[in-house]
Amino acid sequence: MSVIIDAIKRLFTHEGGSKEIAKERLKLVLIHDRTSISTEIIEQIKEEMIQVISKHLEIDRNGVEFSLEGEENSVALVANIPIKGLRRHKKKG
Amino acid sequence: MGKVIVITSGKGGVGKTTAVANIGTALASLDQKVALVDADIGLRNLDVVLGLENRIVYDIVDVVEGRAKLKQALIKDKRFPSLCLLPAAQTRDKEAVSPEDMVRLCNNLREEFDFIIIDSPAGIERGFKNAVIPADMAIVVTTPEVSAVRDADRVIGLLEAMEKEDNKLIVNRVRSKLVDRGDMLSVEDVLEILSIDLIGVIPEDEHIIISTNRGEPLVNNNNAPAGRSFMDIARRILGEDVPMNMYTEKEDFFTRFRRLFKRR
Repeated sequence: MSVIIDAIKRLFTHEGGSKEIAKERLKLVLIHDRTSISTEIIEQIKEEMIQVISKHLEIDRNGVEFSLEGEENSVALVANIPIKGLRRHKKKG
Repeated sequence: MGKVIVITSGKGGVGKTTAVANIGTALASLDQKVALVDADIGLRNLDVVLGLENRIVYDIVDVVEGRAKLKQALIKDKRFPSLCLLPAAQTRDKEAVSPEDMVRLCNNLREEFDFIIIDSPAGIERGFKNAVIPADMAIVVTTPEVSAVRDADRVIGLLEAMEKEDNKLIVNRVRSKLVDRGDMLSVEDVLEILSIDLIGVIPEDEHIIISTNRGEPLVNNNNAPAGRSFMDIARRILGEDVPMNMYTEKEDFFTRFRRLFKRR
């Protein structure tokens, strides 16, 4: 009996929608797959950027976030670097 | 001079071997001389899908290592006189054949056959490179699932890195009902994600399971939606302009009734 009720339910209710989830997940996973940048290189870029920025700004090293994000067909390197304050430069001469 | 086509995929179990067997028999039934080469050394399967497993005497490694002549190792399919199989070795590994061996072998086959279709192993290791190197055209098989499409993307990238330019896609095991109610990636979704041209869509079809059980290719069965779809692919390979059809079996009353109530 419950089989028949299930069948009737399925007739009138819409279960779908998991495809959109699949598509979104697939797109995200492919962004990472397609950027053939290894994690070591990302780490290295992160370190070097921190060094350069630290020359001019005081930053919160532990709060630095680095990630690859994609939209449509393009990928962006997104860096979030919290700034604590400006470093004053001593002028030479 | 024959054309070499490799049928490949990233993920295993998406239907490569079935595609090789059915496209091969379809081309043979269209009067083409076809050699099927099983490059999945150590895990041979094409012989059983074709129902030729009891006729193997020599295999591809015997040919490469000079124990047998190519003609001795080729098994003629009695049902399709213009179809031959070169089986893989079952007791060796992928290292037994080098890329140069594959190129040489295929060049010899080109002189005798119109089409040489290579069944590639899954994955992206040595066996994949062996299978792809001699090919003029690559057909990537995927199913409309996240994991299979992801792996297909990787394989397409590798094909491009190997400077293969004529790459095509088969979307296998599409279930129209699931697509219609939004629970399966559609062919359009897959194509939007993968940058590759489509050569065919194969519906999920239980005839495939039955034909594989029996070791009989599906192509001559006009009731089988998958068989008709493979025949269309063979015609496209021959250069015919065949519209993309999604064949279905005749619907019973209940299915049609349900369709009335389906929302998009």
